[in-house]
Parts: sequence; C-alpha cells; structure tokens
Amino acid sequence: MSPFLCLLVRDMKLATRSGGGAALALSFFALVATLVPLGIGADLKLLARVAGGILWVGAVLAALLSLDRLFQGDYDDGSLELIALAPLPLELTSFAKIAAHWLSTGLPLTVLSPLLALMFNLPGDATLTLFLSLLIGTPAVSAIGAIGASLTLSLRRGGLILPLIILPLLSPAVIFGAGAVAAKMDGFSPLGPLELLGAFSLAAVLLSPFAAAASVRLNLSG
Amino acid sequence: MQFLFRYANPAMFMRLSGAVLPYVAAATVIALTAGLIMGFQVPPDYQQGMTVLIMFIHVPAATVAMSAYGAIAVCSLLSLVWRHPLSDTAARAAAPLGAMFTALGLITGSLWGKPMWGTYWVWDARLTSFLLLLFLYLGYMALWSAIEDETKAARAAAVLALVGAVNIPIIKFSVDWWNTLHQGESIMSGNLAPVFLWPLLTMMAGYMLLFVTLWLIRIQTAIVERRARSLMQGPA
Repeated sequence: MSPFLCLLVRDMKLATRSGGGAALALSFFALVATLVPLGIGADLKLLARVAGGILWVGAVLAALLSLDRLFQGDYDDGSLELIALAPLPLELTSFAKIAAHWLSTGLPLTVLSPLLALMFNLPGDATLTLFLSLLIGTPAVSAIGAIGASLTLSLRRGGLILPLIILPLLSPAVIFGAGAVAAKMDGFSPLGPLELLGAFSLAAVLLSPFAAAASVRLNLSG
Repeated sequence: MQFLFRYANPAMFMRLSGAVLPYVAAATVIALTAGLIMGFQVPPDYQQGMTVLIMFIHVPAATVAMSAYGAIAVCSLLSLVWRHPLSDTAARAAAPLGAMFTALGLITGSLWGKPMWGTYWVWDARLTSFLLLLFLYLGYMALWSAIEDETKAARAAAVLALVGAVNIPIIKFSVDWWNTLHQGESIMSGNLAPVFLWPLLTMMAGYMLLFVTLWLIRIQTAIVERRARSLMQGPA
C-alpha cells in the first residue's frame, strides 16, 4: 500500500473505532437538529424555511468538534514527528489527514442530512440540493479546519481558539451551501451557488494542505 | 531588500521612528482637527440631514480597518519569507488597532443605521463582512496570545494572517452575493459632492496618520518591553 493510502486508512480506523469520535459528531449533528425545533417552535412551514441554514450550521459545528483529533492526538503521543520524518511530503500527509477527516465526518454528516431534512419538512427536491451542497461543501470544512487544527495543535486550550479562527473563514461555505437550498426553495436554480461552493471547496482543498503543512512544521521545530 | 533590512534593525527602527513620530503625531492632530472643522461646515444632506456627518468618522474607520489587515498580511509575508523579528512585532502591534478601527466602523455604522434604516443592526453585506473581519482580528490576536513560545506564535499567526488575507476577498464576495443593502462605494465613482469629498479625504488622512502614530508607538513599546524583559532575566 502506498504511504498515502496507509496514512488515510490508519486515520480512518482511528476515527471510527472506539474513542474516535466520528459517531459523536453525528450524534451532535442530530441533537442540534432536535434542539432547534424546541427553540423556535414546531411550525412545519417555518422549519422547512430554516432547514437549509440550520443543518448547514449544524454540520459545520459538528465537523468542528472532531477537528482536534486531526493532528492533536498524533502530536501528543509523538507519532506526528515520525510521520513528518517519513518520506511522504508533509503536504501530502496533511491532504491524507484531511481526506480521512472528511470520509469519517463530512461524508457521514452528508449522508445523515436527508433524514434530518425530512424531520424539518424540507421538500424532496430541496433535500437533494441540501445533500449535494453538503457533499460539495464539507471537504472545504475539513480542509480549512485542518489549517486551524494544525495552528493550534500545541495548545492546551486549542479547542476554544479553533472555532474563533475557523468559523469566519468558513462563512462562504455556509452562505453558498444554505444559499443553494434557499434558491431551490424559492423556485430558482441552485446551480449558481452550488458552482460557487464547488469553486470554494476546490480552492480550499487545494491550498489548505500547504498551510497546514507549514504550521505543522513550525509546531514541530524547536 | 537590503535597503529595507537596514531599517528593520530594531535599534535603527527605534532611532528612525523616534525621529519621525513627533511629526506624524502633529500631522495627525492637524488633519483630524481640520477634517472635523471642515466636516461641521458641511450643509445638511437633503436625504440624510445632519446624520451625514457620521460618514466623516465612519468611512475612514472602515478604510483603516481594512488597511490594517493589509499591513498585517504584508508583515506576515515578510516574516515568513525573511524571518525578520521586527515584522512579527509590527504585525502583532497592528492587530488590536485594526480590531479597534473595525469596531469603531461597526459602532458608527450602526449609529448611522438607526435614523437611516430604522434599526441599529441590519444584516447588510458590508456590516456583516465587517463583523467577520472583527472576528478574524480577534482570532488572530487570540492565537498570538495563546502560544507561549514567541517564535512559534509569530509564525503561526503569520500563517493565519495569510490564510485570512487569501480568504477575505472570498468572504467579501460571498457576503455581497448573500445580501446587498448598503449603498455602493461613492468616492471613486464620483457620486460624492465636493463639499463632502474634501472633509472626508482630510478625515481619511487623519485616521491613517492616527493609525501610523499608534502603530509606531506600539512597535516601540513592544521593542522596549522585550529589552526590559531580557534585562530582567540577566545575561543568559
């Protein structure tokens, strides 16, 4: 197996087995979706109206929760230094970790979203848009999240700073993702926002490994 | 670059900035006073009445808020590429100022919004992107103060500043796409009457000078502080 795949599979295993937290992110997502109707009332029309935004925000927050395991665990037990010493460039290492995070968090959240959308009374075609937008957009969440995770990896209280750093940078994903759903609800084509979201996501996935690798390097030096 | 590095030496910087500072400070006072006096001479706007005066303290604050992030990004690039400690100090010193001007822009904007839009806060594109800018500043400052090792903190903050600099235009675009209520920019497009333009430009110069003055003072303070700390620790 190539080193890249090796790392990907290793991170996936770590995330999905006990203590990994991939299932926790899903439960968190479902819980947010349960609390919102309790907060704003059970009016199905209103819920359908806000579903896109709420589920997008919920998915971003859920993915955020599991970001600390991206680099933190490996840094704490020293394996990150060994991985950095391996022949695989740190940029590709970061990319593998981003991919593993998305496969173990972003993708399951996306798969779960139609069920929650159903509970929010979102129409079928808008649910499909929501599903597509999460499928396209969550890689950006993992990618930009990786920058934040690598910047804060030597911090004891990194968990508190991480959202402050990451959430403003993720606002375009939420805007375009929820915007696509809103466009569909209003009878417009969601293609425009989806394309913009795709562009944002591609750029994030392409550029983030470099920023993440740079900040892993600075955290390992000295 | 050699030329730049000569002035980037902390001792050289202290001497040079010490010599320049009084003049910049004096220019700040003159520009701000002149701008305010000119501002109060302005006739009330036919639509906005006297609230148009808020523009003179609002627009320059917003301009400086964005320029400060630009300054941080340039300093961060210098620091990442040439590893120069003074540019780290400069970037760090600019952040609270940028955050302050951003907050000032938000506050004056919402005070203007109350009589104009009827509410203190509307989710208008520019207000929203400025709120996000404020959070970017706060995150940047939090990262600086969270990492104990100063070299590491400097580099991490520099990476974050550059990521933010790449992302800011995208955020701006996405928020614009999301909603636009704010009136378009009117200086370059020539929609602003000269009566308003001159006080505004004077105030802008005043704000910029104020930023430079405070920035220089903050960099000087940081250098002196570091020197004092190393003196306290004694010869290593």
